Amino acid sequence: MNITRTIKYEADRVKGFGDEVMKVPGCEKLKDCIQCGTCSGVCPLSVYMDYTPRQVMELTRFDFKKEVLSSKTIWLCASCYACTCECPREIRITDIMYELKQRAIHEGVYPRKFPIPVLAQEFEKMVTANGRISEMPLVMKLFMKTDPLGAMGNWQMGLDLMKTGRFSLASEKINNREQLAKMFAAAEEKA
Amino acid sequence: MNSNREELRIGFYVCHCGHNIAATVDCAEVARYVGTLPHVALSREYKYMCSDPGQELIQQDIREHKLNRVVVASCSPLLHEHTFRGATEAGGLNPFYFHMVNIREHNSWVHTDRKEATEKAKALAQAAIERVAHHKALEVKRVKIHADVLVVGGGIAGIHAAMTMANAGKKVYLVEREPTIGGHMAKFDKTFPTLDCAACILTPKMSEVGNHPNITLWTYSEVTKVDGYVGNYKVTVKHKPRYIVEDACVGCMECIDACVYKTPKFEDEFNEGLGKRKPVFIPFPQATPQVVIIDPETCLNLKTGKCKKTCVEACADRMAIDFTQQETFDEIEVGTMIVATGFKTFDAKRVPAYGYGVYPNVYTALEVERLVNASGPTGGEVITRDGRHPKSIGIIHCVGSRDKKTNVWCSRVCCMYSMKLALLLKEHTGAEIYNFYIDIRTPGKGYEEFYNKLLDEGVHFIRGRVGEVTDWAMTPEEEGKLTIRVEDTLAGYVRRIPVDMVVLATGLEPQQDAQDVRRLFNLSCGGEGWFLERHPKLAPVSTFTDGIFIAGGCQGPRDIPDTVAQAGAAAAECLALIDKGYVEQEPNTAFVLAEECSGCKSCIPLCPYTAIAFDESSKVAVINEALCKGCGTCVASCPSGSIVQNLFEDDEVFSEIKGVLAYD
Amino acid sequence: MKYSYFPGCSLKGLGRAYEESLLPVMKHLGVDLQELDDWNCCGATAYMSVDEAKACVLASRNLALAERDGNHPILAPCSACYLVLNKTKHYLHQYPKMKATVDRALNAVGMKCEKDVPVRHPLDVLINDIGLDAIKMKVTKPLQGLKVAPYYGCQIVRPYATFDDQANPTTMDRLLEALGATVIRWPLKTKCCGGSLTGTIPEAGIRMVYILLNEAKKRGADCLATVCPLCQFNLDGYHSAVRRQYGDVLLPTVYFSQLMGLAFGLPDRDLALNRAAIPFRWRPSSPPPAPAKPPAAKSVAA
Ligand SMILES: Cc1cc2nc3c(=O)[nH]c(=O)nc-3n(C[C@H](O)[C@H](O)[C@H](O)COP(=O)(O)OP(=O)(O)OC[C@H]3O[C@@H](n4cnc5c(N)ncnc54)[C@H](O)[C@@H]3O)c2cc1C
Ligand code: SF4
Ligand code: SF4
Ligand code: SF4
Ligand code: SF4
Ligand code: SF4
Ligand code: SF4
Repeated sequence: MNITRTIKYEADRVKGFGDEVMKVPGCEKLKDCIQCGTCSGVCPLSVYMDYTPRQVMELTRFDFKKEVLSSKTIWLCASCYACTCECPREIRITDIMYELKQRAIHEGVYPRKFPIPVLAQEFEKMVTANGRISEMPLVMKLFMKTDPLGAMGNWQMGLDLMKTGRFSLASEKINNREQLAKMFAAAEEKA
Repeated sequence: MNSNREELRIGFYVCHCGHNIAATVDCAEVARYVGTLPHVALSREYKYMCSDPGQELIQQDIREHKLNRVVVASCSPLLHEHTFRGATEAGGLNPFYFHMVNIREHNSWVHTDRKEATEKAKALAQAAIERVAHHKALEVKRVKIHADVLVVGGGIAGIHAAMTMANAGKKVYLVEREPTIGGHMAKFDKTFPTLDCAACILTPKMSEVGNHPNITLWTYSEVTKVDGYVGNYKVTVKHKPRYIVEDACVGCMECIDACVYKTPKFEDEFNEGLGKRKPVFIPFPQATPQVVIIDPETCLNLKTGKCKKTCVEACADRMAIDFTQQETFDEIEVGTMIVATGFKTFDAKRVPAYGYGVYPNVYTALEVERLVNASGPTGGEVITRDGRHPKSIGIIHCVGSRDKKTNVWCSRVCCMYSMKLALLLKEHTGAEIYNFYIDIRTPGKGYEEFYNKLLDEGVHFIRGRVGEVTDWAMTPEEEGKLTIRVEDTLAGYVRRIPVDMVVLATGLEPQQDAQDVRRLFNLSCGGEGWFLERHPKLAPVSTFTDGIFIAGGCQGPRDIPDTVAQAGAAAAECLALIDKGYVEQEPNTAFVLAEECSGCKSCIPLCPYTAIAFDESSKVAVINEALCKGCGTCVASCPSGSIVQNLFEDDEVFSEIKGVLAYD
Repeated sequence: MKYSYFPGCSLKGLGRAYEESLLPVMKHLGVDLQELDDWNCCGATAYMSVDEAKACVLASRNLALAERDGNHPILAPCSACYLVLNKTKHYLHQYPKMKATVDRALNAVGMKCEKDVPVRHPLDVLINDIGLDAIKMKVTKPLQGLKVAPYYGCQIVRPYATFDDQANPTTMDRLLEALGATVIRWPLKTKCCGGSLTGTIPEAGIRMVYILLNEAKKRGADCLATVCPLCQFNLDGYHSAVRRQYGDVLLPTVYFSQLMGLAFGLPDRDLALNRAAIPFRWRPSSPPPAPAKPPAAKSVAA
């Protein structure tokens, strides 16, 4: 039998991580969490998560950075805001999930081969470049990167889309892409 | 300045208050500095000025050093002004030659920098030295106290307070707005943690109140006006028509049987709408007073004027039914009052996720109190709205409480009443019972033991605030049931638990009309709307209005033992005032310099205590000293500067300011 | 009343039936929609997951465009667009630092975002600006006997919507009733459809779709009505995947705008009904469809 030690030592914490997250706009109230579990209770995806949303809140607050950033939970969150609306402490759990996703991508610690972060990044790249999303090309790219065989399994859907005139490989773009690029550049300059 | 300033001999004392002040303020330095100021005959520091030796010191110094003014720098005047004025008087001076400086609440407790705190203390002390030079000898006025008492609200708090005072020989008016006294407790079957039967302990008290020679019980009545001041209140009470002559009705209830409505048809408020009543009814069998009432909203005669009035026939020569009754008013004089208007329960519809009002088998706790009650609408049989005998029941804690979207406070009694109901439901139905809680709060005598008993009985406890109650089924065993979705936070899993019945432990909130009552009795409220006590620890049943006390659920959520203890305390406060016979009034009242008043009347509407009247003969404003609370509003408003306030005369205030500014 | 119409990427792509039906319906009601010139993607949930500040910059370009072009309220039919644009406005109000970043970006291209242009959903506009009475007047072929389960999904009422109750929205219910349809009451009308999880994590996403279809069907719905292109795509497009895992739960999903068009008597070809994988047919003249046979209530364990 394979037994692992599950105790957490103080050294396992990345001190300051929780405080940093709690300084981000929208995430301040995490301090007030009473671990009631309402967020998990209303979350439609909590049944698939490795940590429930409540546990993610506690782990974040207590600096267990590695655990939360590499969790599947933050990527399973569909941003439905049910938790945020029901939390008795008005904690914006959805926004905290967003913050954790950004940090996970930034640090490159999200679960490998997990399609959601890949989708998010491909989406971001496409919009940054073109200003718009071209849905079919985006989906194809995602499948190529994560599950080439899965794309085959969805042939029926592809067929449906073609039949109903919704399958298009054209690339959507805004006209003034230069303007958008300038805006992003200006945003990144230090104030 | 004034000529007798030469003879001024001020004694100054700075108190360490243990470490409370001395840790932050350098008391020796303050004493040294004040000692250098003009007219200061003596300046000392001492560990505890409020102790007996501290007070003794003041008295001795007054005698030995011929002091004629005293200043103490210590805590808040709210706490010890009285003490030091007493010591000053005992030393042979008029107590108003004393002045107090707060260097604890206003200084040492709120600052950390010792140097700066010390400087601040010196500045404040200097201000007081300047000020006290202008103090005058004043006299404390005594006002007689009327011995009658008014109690508002006939819940267990009002009942207990009224009985206590009536037994002490005082005449008590008890005003209750419902047709019967009893309040919430009258609806309960059992009470935690001892599970004694609520009716058995309450109804004897109720009928005692009804029969007590010293108690005037006015039900279906409300206070509409309060005038006057401590010791001498004038109160107007409105009696709503119940269409029954209370003295003539013997409570035989023959009219109810005879009513043209053969079966009860209307929602029964006392049973939380779970049962039905007729237009003429009695809320419950032990109602006090034992008289019926006719509801004008549902009685045919009162609504349409067309009814055979079989009730009147049945009442026959008792002639207790009187459809001509109108509102009547009584005006009474009392010296003191107790406000015990209780609470209301949270409206469960405000938490839509729990489905109250949508799913018939979702109940509030108060409804379940009636359902398990042998004298309730089902005679104590637990049967759901859709006719089921529940085999599994979920009790959801903290509904509406501890939630920033609704009420932030913990309602304090619901953990315990949820467990009480769990036990009663288990006894009645044998069902599996689940309590869903965030924290179990059992801070009372025998309460934790009660929790243990429930665990022994096999009642389930799941730590998690319920996400939702739904009738949507995922699995075969959920079909046709209500499913509770919750994270079992201790197990770390999200669970779905199907049940037949859901009970919502709704929290406690201020009464709907709490703000009106607050204004009527000139009380204060915290932000949440509960009536505010004068001091949360040291004056827990007093209010900011002298002679008016509060008790029970109107102050915040509390259980019956605490409510009764408070009601007793409020009664004792009233008795203490009555037996003393008089109250002393702080002489910080305002007066009009008649010769300077221009008669412009601007001050009159501004006084929040309606203490100012206009004397038509001399055409000047006159202030009733007994009513004036010394708020100072009129002083500041008078365009001709003709209102003066004792202890806040211009030269007193300005010299104090000068003193602070002089320090650098 | 004039609005800046912000279609968003989906209404030009997979969700084009939404646009194709909404525009004629709005025109029929006399609403003046002007498509925002050179609008860009709102960023949706994905962009927020990568870089929140840039996501706000991206979305605010649209707000600035609307401000430049007459400052008419933005009409955003897609739930994600509606939420993101509102969320961005909220952030600009609440977080000065975010506002500074956005201002810097807009400044660099000579635009600004100061006027607090309202972002509205078609349901809001229909109920509150146009009004049910005006809509009822246009109904020529009432949807008598059609049982519709209104499905709002998550993002139009949570957490920024002001025009409807977030726990129990009713605007679409009222609209459908005005069209003459029978509204099915069900507890899942604001439950999440799975979003992009249908594609990325089918184990979770497909099951969520199945739950919604199954429950609506159990309660006797003839179709689901949606307000969002992603919801429509998930509920309509994944039937084959649902069938593979759970068996058949055939139930068409249409946009509320398509139902409005039908009730207004607009020709079918103007309503893009042929764009759905699961076809929806409704003939007011023909007797109401035989009530869907109460499907054998099939349950799945979690
Ligand atoms: C479901 C439930 C179960 C409970 N079970 C228990 C238990 O088992 N054990 C226990 O210790 N505690 C229990 N409690 C708590 C208990 O109800 C309170 O401690 C108690 O009722 C407080 O008494 P009260 O007299 O202050 O207030 P109330 O009982 O609310 O009485 C107030 C009275 O004042 C009257 N009134 C209000 N406004 C006016 C007005 N303006 N003029 C005239 N009259 C007015 C009301 O009509 C009412 O009769 C329970 C509470 C609830 C909600
Ligand atoms: S609902 Fe709010 S308070 Fe409760 S566990 Fe979740 S984040 Fe914490
Ligand atoms: S926003 Fe995310 S965490 Fe919150 S309930 Fe929805 S899916 Fe769950
Ligand atoms: S009103 Fe008359 S009949 Fe009715 S209870 Fe009273 S005395 Fe009896
Ligand atoms: S007047 Fe008629 S309706 Fe009213 S209580 Fe008497 S019998 Fe009943
Ligand atoms: S007493 Fe218990 S149930 Fe009531 S609010 Fe407090 S914690 Fe919740
Ligand atoms: S000091 Fe205040 S209470 Fe006294 S008379 Fe003036 S306004 Fe009224």
